[in-house]
Amino acid sequence: MPEQAVSPLLWFGLAVGQIALVLIWVLLSLAFLLWGDRKVWAGVQMRKGPNVVGPFGLFQSFADFLKFVLKEIVIPAGADKTVFLLAPLLSFTLAFGAWAVIPLAPGWVVANLNVGILYLLAISSLGVYGIIMGGWASNSKYPFLGALRSAAQMVSYEVSIGFVVITVILLAGTMNLPEIVTKQAGWFWNWNVLGGGLKNLPAAIVMIPMMVVFYISALAETNRPPFDLPEAESELVAGYQVEYSSTPYLLFMIGEYANIVLMCAMISVLFFGGWNPGFPTPFLDSWPATAQSAFFFLVFFAKIIFWFFMFAMAKAIVPRYRYDQLMRLGWKVFLPMTLVAVMLVSAWKVFGGLPL
Amino acid sequence: MIPLQTIAFYLMSTVTIAAGLAVVFARNPVHSVLFLITAFFSAAGLFVLMGAEFLAMLLVVVYVGAVAVLFLFVVMMLDVDFSRLREGFSRYLPIGGVVAGILTIEMIMVATMVATQGAAKASAGPDASGGADVTNAEAIGRVLYTDYVYFFQAAGMVLLVAMIGAIVLTLRHKPGVKRQNIAAQNARTPATGMTIVDIKPGEGISE
Repeated sequence: MPEQAVSPLLWFGLAVGQIALVLIWVLLSLAFLLWGDRKVWAGVQMRKGPNVVGPFGLFQSFADFLKFVLKEIVIPAGADKTVFLLAPLLSFTLAFGAWAVIPLAPGWVVANLNVGILYLLAISSLGVYGIIMGGWASNSKYPFLGALRSAAQMVSYEVSIGFVVITVILLAGTMNLPEIVTKQAGWFWNWNVLGGGLKNLPAAIVMIPMMVVFYISALAETNRPPFDLPEAESELVAGYQVEYSSTPYLLFMIGEYANIVLMCAMISVLFFGGWNPGFPTPFLDSWPATAQSAFFFLVFFAKIIFWFFMFAMAKAIVPRYRYDQLMRLGWKVFLPMTLVAVMLVSAWKVFGGLPL
Repeated sequence: MIPLQTIAFYLMSTVTIAAGLAVVFARNPVHSVLFLITAFFSAAGLFVLMGAEFLAMLLVVVYVGAVAVLFLFVVMMLDVDFSRLREGFSRYLPIGGVVAGILTIEMIMVATMVATQGAAKASAGPDASGGADVTNAEAIGRVLYTDYVYFFQAAGMVLLVAMIGAIVLTLRHKPGVKRQNIAAQNARTPATGMTIVDIKPGEGISE
């Protein structure tokens, strides 16, 4: 956050610059992560995957991008034109808006909000609208059914994500994301997944399952396989995206992937210490400030890539859920589990604590 | 130069009012709901400007993220007859006008109280600000769980009753319905799920 002393215009310019930097970084990494996703998927199935455009097919995403952009935008005759075009824009904007509060390295955050976690929850709960609007505006049966499924799914899993996040808030005692990360500095047992500090180590019994619940809910929340029922091709063709072509489709797709990477970032920040490498870093003190920030940033990026790899593996390995099973998992398994976990963690916070 | 906050305030209040009007005047009910969401969202923006970021986020999470989604669900699935809706307009206008009038008067009274006496004095309850360095989530928590804890619990009970009511209304036990028992399915092994029958030629199996 810039100081109050700078003039409003300069402050505005700085903010826009920061936003542009984060945007470009996310978009560029998305291009390569998308390629990585396809490579992992191909590797599991013993195929080669994209290998034609550029070395190892690295530039495949850019070729796809050009292809999408240069195609014709087809709007169905019965569609509600404004809402139809607004939906992908909304998905895209929201997916990137959430990145504003993600702390990338010490001091590297666009908006240092006191209620950063709530902001993330708020923005991700808005993500449903892009899908419902798209499905409804297409004025066609499959997209509408896909949109309904998707909305029900996302609303259901938001509940468990919310409760998991509450356990982390209780442990950290703050909703400010940079502070949550700072509290997990030092050795890896300070990470929230292990209870956040040796004093709270027994809380790991609750926090490790919570991390798994968060991961699975994140898969469901982003409509990723094995929970990609909104676009289950055997039942709904492509769900809410059926009528979309060209750039609007591209926006939906980028939005979806930005959300996936955001979820990876959230797991890293909430449970795995964000930019902290998991061991004390006194050797960094002699480095210049920029190099330190770059080091922490790379650590954070490595964690995001690891979690993205886990997402890709889940896509490759796990078969798709049936819809009633999905709802059962969300409401009958995760919701009670996370509720109990919230109670346990708050009880630990009040009565527990190892004498260290 | 006009401060950025003033520009943001006028922008967001214009959007809120315009969206609110559009909710009433939009011909398509789905568009109405979408405008309602816009209004909620810009109201949340106004909360942020007032420094109540916690309330703003709750507004978005609860109203925009959950309540309005259900709204949109229902409205999308309804087959609304526009001409019949129009007929009702003049019939309900007097009652609607009275309710709107009362609300407006109340809001003006509260606003003048706050403007003349300050927010802390205008409310009779204890001071919620709790010092300057307290974040507003913490400030709300301090009064909500101490001075207003009974009201808070009562609100929770009301919600619980509503939830149980909804379940009671929809829960039906029909006899003879086959249900899936997932634990039993997962525990199924070849030994329990399969029997090998030795069939003699020419006899077949009798059930």
